[in-house]
Amino acid sequence: MKVILRNPRREVDVAGNRRVKEILRELDIIPETVLVICGDDLVTADQVVREGDTIELRPVMSGGGASSR
Amino acid sequence: MKCRKCGEPAVLELRRHNAAFCAPDFLEFFRNQVREAIRKHRMFTRDETVLVAVSGGKDSLALWDVLIDDGYRTTGLYLDLGIFEYSVESKAKCEKFAAARGVPLTVSAVRDEVGAPVPVIKDVTRRPPCSGCGLSKRYLMNKVALEQGMLVVATGHNLDDEAATLFGSVMHWRTDALPRQSPALASTHPKLVRRVKPLYRLSERETAAFAFLRKIDYIVEECPFAKGATSITHKEILSRMEDASPGAKHNFLFGFLDRARPAFERAEALVLNECARCGQVTTGTICAFCKLADQVKRRVVS
Repeated sequence: MKVILRNPRREVDVAGNRRVKEILRELDIIPETVLVICGDDLVTADQVVREGDTIELRPVMSGGGASSR
Repeated sequence: MKCRKCGEPAVLELRRHNAAFCAPDFLEFFRNQVREAIRKHRMFTRDETVLVAVSGGKDSLALWDVLIDDGYRTTGLYLDLGIFEYSVESKAKCEKFAAARGVPLTVSAVRDEVGAPVPVIKDVTRRPPCSGCGLSKRYLMNKVALEQGMLVVATGHNLDDEAATLFGSVMHWRTDALPRQSPALASTHPKLVRRVKPLYRLSERETAAFAFLRKIDYIVEECPFAKGATSITHKEILSRMEDASPGAKHNFLFGFLDRARPAFERAEALVLNECARCGQVTTGTICAFCKLADQVKRRVVS
């Protein structure tokens, strides 16, 4: 299955038919720091992603000294 | 995983609340958190116009979306930092958002006000880029609000922003910064407008989820100057703590606001003056913004 990562945008292939939380653990990504998007939906950590699926791990962290966010 | 309210399949788990929600119930949860923030801190009323500082990112556009839907009178303020393609794209997102909802958007360019855009300010001063940028934003938000007769500026700062700022202040024991960390800063001078943060009860993952579910077209790419910023490091540390102990960030920030901040507030007694150059409020004779602009002009000319 395909995983889209951002900042910078790139794609990696990982084994599918696993729960989202297992994929995040393999990629060493803290669940709190991303949204997991499959198509037009958000998916929770307990959901299984199939081999042919594509998910996007969209970072939620913004930073710097921005005062308006 | 099921929605705590309706039992339908959940789209988002909120471990710190020991809950999960479906999309409609999460959107309502989110709006209720904003309403509670506004109510608790008496941030603004429906009789006044709120200047909403927007960056094109998820937080500020999510905030603007909630306020518009809840019937508040708002004007957006986009500060053009002049950060290459990032600013071009983020400005376009704000303009598109405002046009789609038929709400006014004011644009103010740092280049016009300081004499140079943020990348040049970064080069000619020895400040970290986020420092000059933050200073300029705070100054210009207040200035534009005063010029347009608005008494309150709302920003999209969320729980993670506030926890990371508090963490940074505590790590260096910046006791002068602690009293000023608040979801609502009152006007303490006729030329200082109120500053409020209606998203302070919501994590940035929650604001990102809200923006996604509301199909808000926001800029996902990070500001190119934010890479390596201390605040990002602090957020990463706090997120690891949150992962190990859900609610850690909330407890850190809310514990400070409820129990520690009043002690620091009593210790602060600042004398506020008007800047001899621009007339805006400062604790000195010349404000930090005018000093920054002077420095930029000297270096750019030389």
